[in-house]
Amino acid sequence: MLQNVILAFDWTLLTDKIILIGILFAVSLGIAAYSTLAERKIAAFMQDRIGPDRAGYKGILQPIADGVKSILKEEMIPAKAHKFLFILGPCIFMTVALMTYAIIPWGKDLILPDGRHFKLQLVSLDVGILYSFAVVSLGVYGIMIGGWASNNKFSLLGAVRASTQMISYELAMGLSLIPIVMMAGSLGLREITENQAGWHWNIIYQPLAFIIFFTCALAECNRTPFDLAETESELIGGYHTEYSSMKLALYLFGEYVNVFVSSAIISILFLGGYNFPGVDRLGLSPNWMSMISIAVLFGKIFFMIFVFMWIRWTIPRFRYDQLMKLGWQIFIPLCILNILITGVVITYWPK
Amino acid sequence: MAKVTMQALTNRSKVVSNKKMTFIEKLYIPVILGGLRITLRHFFKKKVTLKYPEVKREFAPVYRGMHVLKRDEQGRENCTACGLCAVACPAEAITMEAAERKEGEEGLYREEKYAAIYEINMLRCIYCGLCEDACPKDAIYLTDRIVDSEYTRESFIYGKDILVEKVDERIDVSERKKKTFDKSE
Repeated sequence: MLQNVILAFDWTLLTDKIILIGILFAVSLGIAAYSTLAERKIAAFMQDRIGPDRAGYKGILQPIADGVKSILKEEMIPAKAHKFLFILGPCIFMTVALMTYAIIPWGKDLILPDGRHFKLQLVSLDVGILYSFAVVSLGVYGIMIGGWASNNKFSLLGAVRASTQMISYELAMGLSLIPIVMMAGSLGLREITENQAGWHWNIIYQPLAFIIFFTCALAECNRTPFDLAETESELIGGYHTEYSSMKLALYLFGEYVNVFVSSAIISILFLGGYNFPGVDRLGLSPNWMSMISIAVLFGKIFFMIFVFMWIRWTIPRFRYDQLMKLGWQIFIPLCILNILITGVVITYWPK
Repeated sequence: MAKVTMQALTNRSKVVSNKKMTFIEKLYIPVILGGLRITLRHFFKKKVTLKYPEVKREFAPVYRGMHVLKRDEQGRENCTACGLCAVACPAEAITMEAAERKEGEEGLYREEKYAAIYEINMLRCIYCGLCEDACPKDAIYLTDRIVDSEYTRESFIYGKDILVEKVDERIDVSERKKKTFDKSE
C-alpha cells in the first residue's frame, strides 16, 4: 500500500523542482549580493569616483567582506522592543522577497537526454501576476512589523510611510497591468511572454503602462526617488533605525532581492521576457535556444537593475505630499484612461 | 548708502521664478531624461580619484607637513636647543631639553650645545611654520611628508628618533628654503 503511494508519487518532478530551486537561490542571492557592489560602483562612477576597489581585483570580493562584517557585528535588540516581532520583521521581508521567484519563467524548456522537458519555471500559475502582486505587497509587513517592534518613533514613522506608500502605489501598479493582461488574454507570465514573440514587446504597444509600472516598481522597492521610508535626513534610518548586524543586512539585502525580482517582472511583462528578435531564423537546437533565451532574459534583467541604480543616483527624493499626489491623482486616472483606450483599440481593431 | 548692483561673475546663474509650470514641465519626464543623460555622461568620464598609498598627490613647494630636524653636510645635527622655535610656537607643541656636547661627540652635533630631547606633539601642532621662521640655525623645516595615523595620543608625540633626518636618507628642503627666502624679500 505504502509502496504504491511512494511509487505513484512523481519523484522526478520533485527532484527537478528541488534542483531548480537550489540553482535559483544560489543565482538570485549571488546577483543580489553583487547588486550591492554594483550599486556602490555605479554611484561612484556617476560621481567621478572609482568606488570600492580594495577587496580582491577591482573590489570583486567586497560583497563577501561586507557579509562577513555584518555577521560578526554586535547584535543589538532594544530593551523595550517586542523581541519576537523584532526578529520576525527582517525574516518576513527576506522570505517574501524570495517568494516571487516561483512564477518567473526563466527561459524556454530544456530537453533532457531522456526526452523529458525540463521547465525553467517553478510553478506555471494561471494567475501568475496576481500571485506576484499578492507576494510583493506582503513585503511591507516585514517593514511594518520591524518598524513597530523597534519601539522607536522614527522607526514607526518610517513604517507608517512605507505602508501608506505601498497602498497608494499597489493600486496604480495593478491597474497599469490590466492593458497587458487584456492584450495577452491571460494572467500567466509564460503566456504573456509568448505573446511578445519577436519584436512585439509590450513596451512598444504600452509605453504609458511601462512608465507607470516602472515608477510604481521603484516605489514598491522603496528606492529613490521614493525611499520615503528611510529618509536619513528626517527619520535617521527609518524603519531600520534600531537594527544592527545581520538583521539590518537582511533588510538592506532584501531590497536588492526586490530590485532583482522587479527587474525580472518588468523584463517579462514589458521587454519581451526571454524573446528576442530573429529568434526563429537562427535554426539552433532547442537546448541551445533555451540557453540563449536564459541569457537574453538575464541581459534584460541586468539592464533593468542598472536603470534602477541609474535613477537612484540621478533623481532626488520626492516630498511626501508629492508622492501621494502622484500616486492617487495622476497615476490612477492615467491607468484607467489607458485601460479604456486599450479596450477600445482591441475591440475595434483586433491585431 | 550707495546702491550696490550685483555683478554676475559667470553667465550661468539663473533668476528664480515661481511661474506656473507648463504641461510639458509637469510631465517631468523630459527633465528626468536630461538628468539621466548627465549622470550617464559622468559614468564614462575620467575618474578623479587617486589610489592613495600607491599614487600620491604632488604637493606645492610651500606645503607644510611633518617636520624634519636637519643635519649639516658632515651629518652633524644643526639644532642647538636655543628654544626659539618653542617660544614661537603658537600651539605650544614643541618641548626640548638642552645638553652640553662632550669630548668626542664633535661628529654628532655641530655646536657645543645640543638638544638631548626634542619633542613635537603632532596633535597640538597647527603646521603654521613659525618654528621654521624662528630657527636661527637652519635646523627645523616643514616637509611635504604626511603625519601617519596612530592608535594612541601618546604616539603622536614625536621625538628625535622620528624628527631628525637619517644620515643616509637626507630629506631635501631646498625648494622650501627658496620659498622662505622669497618671502623675506
